[in-house]
Amino acid sequence: MRSRIESLLENYTHSKRDSLIPILQQIQDDLGYLSEEAVVLVGKHLSMPTSQIYGLATFYNQFRFEPKGKYHVQVCHGTACHVLGAQSILSLLEKMLKIKEGQTSRDGQFSLQVMSCIGACAHAPAIAINGKFYGKLTQERLKEVIEELRQQ
Amino acid sequence: MQLNIEVNGKELQVRRDETILSALLRNGIRVPTLCSIKGLSPNGACRICVVEVEGKAGLVPSCSHPVEEGMKIKTHSPRVVKARRTILELLLSNHPDDCLYCERNENCELQDLAVELNIRERRISGKKGKHRLDLSSPGVVRDPAKCILCGRCIRICDEVQGVSTLEFVNRGSRTVVGTAMNRDLNFSSCISCGQCVMVCPTGALHERSNLDDVLDALNNPHQKVVVQYGPSVSVSLAEEFGIKAGKDINGVINAALRKMGFSYIFDTTFGADVAILESAMGLKKRIETNQFLPMFSSCCPAWIKYAEQFKPEILPLISTCKSPQQIMGSIIKSFFAPAEGINPNGIYSVAIMPCVAKKFEAQREEMTQKAISDVDAVITTRELARLIRLYGIDIHSIEPQQPDSPLGMRSSAGKLFGASGGATEGIFRTLHYYITGKEMQQPKIADLRSNGGIKEVEVKIGNKKLTAILVSGMGNLRALLDSVAAGEIKAHFIEVMACPGGCVNGGGQPFGSSEKDVKARTKSIYEIDEVETIKVAHKNPMVTDMYERFLEAPGSDLSKKYLHTRYTKRDVLM
Repeated sequence: MRSRIESLLENYTHSKRDSLIPILQQIQDDLGYLSEEAVVLVGKHLSMPTSQIYGLATFYNQFRFEPKGKYHVQVCHGTACHVLGAQSILSLLEKMLKIKEGQTSRDGQFSLQVMSCIGACAHAPAIAINGKFYGKLTQERLKEVIEELRQQ
Repeated sequence: MQLNIEVNGKELQVRRDETILSALLRNGIRVPTLCSIKGLSPNGACRICVVEVEGKAGLVPSCSHPVEEGMKIKTHSPRVVKARRTILELLLSNHPDDCLYCERNENCELQDLAVELNIRERRISGKKGKHRLDLSSPGVVRDPAKCILCGRCIRICDEVQGVSTLEFVNRGSRTVVGTAMNRDLNFSSCISCGQCVMVCPTGALHERSNLDDVLDALNNPHQKVVVQYGPSVSVSLAEEFGIKAGKDINGVINAALRKMGFSYIFDTTFGADVAILESAMGLKKRIETNQFLPMFSSCCPAWIKYAEQFKPEILPLISTCKSPQQIMGSIIKSFFAPAEGINPNGIYSVAIMPCVAKKFEAQREEMTQKAISDVDAVITTRELARLIRLYGIDIHSIEPQQPDSPLGMRSSAGKLFGASGGATEGIFRTLHYYITGKEMQQPKIADLRSNGGIKEVEVKIGNKKLTAILVSGMGNLRALLDSVAAGEIKAHFIEVMACPGGCVNGGGQPFGSSEKDVKARTKSIYEIDEVETIKVAHKNPMVTDMYERFLEAPGSDLSKKYLHTRYTKRDVLM
């Protein structure tokens, strides 16, 4: 892990603070999340305190601090989905998976993320699991989807 | 260059480069503030200082808005007052409302504002966040439920101390002041200096109180409770009781502590005298061998923690001598107790300090002898004030008394430890004697009296010219440490005090004191040095006697065992 982050930082040898967001994005693309180690290494690289990096990263929804699960569940919370019950979809998912938004289940199977909009408004309420879209969800259908994934 | 503005119908001449708030304050017009704090960059977070400016659509935060020619300002128009009240009501909407039990009860800026703006009912009820109390640090407690997100702590930690432990985490209504990766304070880069506690307007950051431990010990008939108080405590406590800042109430403290039932009352200044002898001897040896220079001071525990975390490569340069508090603790249990025929296990050793980092220092594992802590509990100047109130002692009428012998005797050199530059002055007076065999003709070294920041001073000792650098406020240190690590600094001694101005401005001192009050404390310490007869540590007869009976001489193997310590690299999230 460390060597991967370090080699990634080599592309930013003369960078300053203004490269912080691109660096974090690239690390997250590569590792799936921002580990404590990554935050510390970026801090050393840019001579920035880790608190400020963490403060910035938590400001944006896009950054996560736990590895993604085998199934990464993205819940759309755009206007259309919100109107058609995204909140109860999220609540049900949190209850079924026993995790909160931004977390990963202990067995590493599921992770949960809330998105501003995934662009499937016609199919609201919608979620995406590992990039595959599930639309017009009902509580029953959602339970089935999750159960199917659990069986696999 | 002057500008003309009109405030509440009155013409004012103001400076071009200032904010509305500073112009108002300079002209005696008071506007309430919460997030604003002198010397730090304005962040306009709380909006309580808004004023009405003619021609501007919205209200303007005076703390961060510059003055403009011809501005017409109203500071207390009905619109402004209404807005301020609403802002405060919103700040209070998710506040825990447990003022009665709060650390800052009767000493809280939020509470004062609620009184000032006449908030008498809860009109707005907000959703209360779920927050965890962070009790992980021995010095500082974090209670995010009481935080109003003014950001003062973040700015002082970053801009003044250069430590940057705290930062705004998350966004919008979920924003909190937190540490990196949301770890507890004891895993963070916090050095426990307590400057954040000093600026927090509410009880969101406060010291970890050890009063209950002290009370338990006082109530335990099988324990002898011994107490020591730091050099700057006697010139700071008075303010807690409405006496003018800087008044030295040493004798009153002795009398009050005796009344409470402390068995022996000692002055940490005795420990400072011993620290002077040990440090001067250490420095003399380093200068003779030209090794491990510059020597760094070791009396400030926040500075030690800073070095262990941020610059471990310079640890060999720090004086190995323990701080005055720990020296006292060690001497009390290893020398005083056996001499008095008391079992050290039956002693409970309390230190009263202007500092919260001292609470951390007392818990360090290096600070024990055969599993007995040198110091058992540390309380701050503020906690001492509470203790005095709790015991119903009237500071104004109590007769001053002497401390106990032998560890109550002091020189005024040790007393100087309370101010930035004082430790150096005390050490150099004795160093002069060690190097030349003669006393300084004039013990006062005025150049070494610093008002904070960073200062380089040359002192002539015999035919040698020695260079000392004084630093207080950790933000001034980073560049210097880099230069030292690179071998570019030719100084002999570097004194570091974490708090700007030294212990007189420590994180354990009374809340709400102004810059002027802190200066008065410093002045008082130097006045004590003017009038007292023993001005050098090596002439403290009780110190000499202690060496004869116990440690042989400064720098001896015995003193290394009892009075010296070691430092280790500390792995924390930086």
